[in-house]
Amino acid sequence: MPDFDYSLLLSGQYHDMLLSGLMLSIKLACVTLVCSLPLALFIALLRLSPVRPLQWLGFAYVESIRNIPLLAHMLFWYFAAPEFLPESLREWLYAGNIEAISAIVALTLYTAAFMSEDIRSGIRAIPIVQLEAGRALGFGYLESMRLVVLPQALRVTIAPLISQTLNLWKNTSIATVVGVAELMYQAGQVETATFRSLESFAFATSAYLSVSLLITGAAAWYQHRYVQAKSR
Amino acid sequence: MTTVELIDSYWVYFLVGQYPNGPLGGLALTLILASAALVLAMPLGVLFGLARLSPWRWLRWPVTALVFVVRGTPLLMVIFWAYFFLPSLTGFKTDQFTTMLIALVIFDAAYLSEIVRAGVQGLDRGQVEASRSLGFGYWRTMRWVVLPQALRTMLPSLVNQFVSTIKETSLGYIIGLTEISFIASQINTQVFTMPAQVYLILGLTYFVSCFGLSRFAFWLERRQTQRVSLTDNSKVT
Repeated sequence: MPDFDYSLLLSGQYHDMLLSGLMLSIKLACVTLVCSLPLALFIALLRLSPVRPLQWLGFAYVESIRNIPLLAHMLFWYFAAPEFLPESLREWLYAGNIEAISAIVALTLYTAAFMSEDIRSGIRAIPIVQLEAGRALGFGYLESMRLVVLPQALRVTIAPLISQTLNLWKNTSIATVVGVAELMYQAGQVETATFRSLESFAFATSAYLSVSLLITGAAAWYQHRYVQAKSR
Repeated sequence: MTTVELIDSYWVYFLVGQYPNGPLGGLALTLILASAALVLAMPLGVLFGLARLSPWRWLRWPVTALVFVVRGTPLLMVIFWAYFFLPSLTGFKTDQFTTMLIALVIFDAAYLSEIVRAGVQGLDRGQVEASRSLGFGYWRTMRWVVLPQALRTMLPSLVNQFVSTIKETSLGYIIGLTEISFIASQINTQVFTMPAQVYLILGLTYFVSCFGLSRFAFWLERRQTQRVSLTDNSKVT
């Protein structure tokens, strides 16, 4: 095995490629996180709503998304979904960054399905009397959810949501298959251009690990700061 | 071409690839790969799980580090490492199936070790003590007392891990393994005009296999909690 060439990673064109890949991966994860949280909350409320058909709708969403691999979602949103769009919108999409958009759509729908389950179990952990008390005070269903149940439920949900964020971070790598120039894609490009597979993969692996460590650290900090403090 | 014609002309290719005139592929390969990966990862996962609970530091720390690294990196990264470095490590060129299998076994073993650890830790401490006081050593305690009970509580998690593994095999697409996603993409390239139908059928196929299995896991879990509550009641009365 050849010597490890640090200079490749420290400066120059390949360094820039890898770094821009890392930045795009982080951007993908952030945009997806922001979009999927409200969607996840909405799905969780659907599944807990008193109306049967809405419950089924939520159930169908979660199960159909969770039981299909993210890669298949990506392929669908990239290759198939634009077919359904009107001509003008499609042209506008193809002129822009269609790869990133379809990756974000797939990632958002996928992540929201998992997060909604965490939010749902968080809400179910709150005793039903809290909701009933809200209703007895004259709040409607949605208002008692928003003002009484959710503030308590979201606090228990933070830890599982952080671990879903970790999964989301790792899942951004799958955007490679539709050609989004994120970290994994750039690592592959650098490998092809230089045959320096050890260096480029070492960079990508340590970058993925570092961000994962940060996210795990956030979870540990939260656990330490809030959960333990409360039980003391 | 209609959807019916699409299914009619490609269903064999979709299910088994070029078999029997060529290598096996499609849904059959996906299922074989996932089963083989889980079966091989299982003993490794048990070893890792026990190592993480081991009283010896020099065993516990490296395995904990390995599990941590694997859980912090995307599976795709593990696959890339396996794809580019297995040949230079072993000296001969490994095919896509072996590469994918090795990557999946390492990846799954790390996740299984967490399931095993939780299963063993969830067991009442008295079980180990009772067995040790009966004169069993560490290994015999694990073999005859701890693991049989822990494995039973782990069963639903194991089925769910199988579902995850089926989904993970789809990443074989990237290194050109002819599993079902790759086959679907090839069909899409050949037909060219029906991407929506092709990918919806692909999604539906995954859904049927994975949803069935996850319902099975759910049923197992429910049966288990029922059994536990039954035995609890009998203790009370």
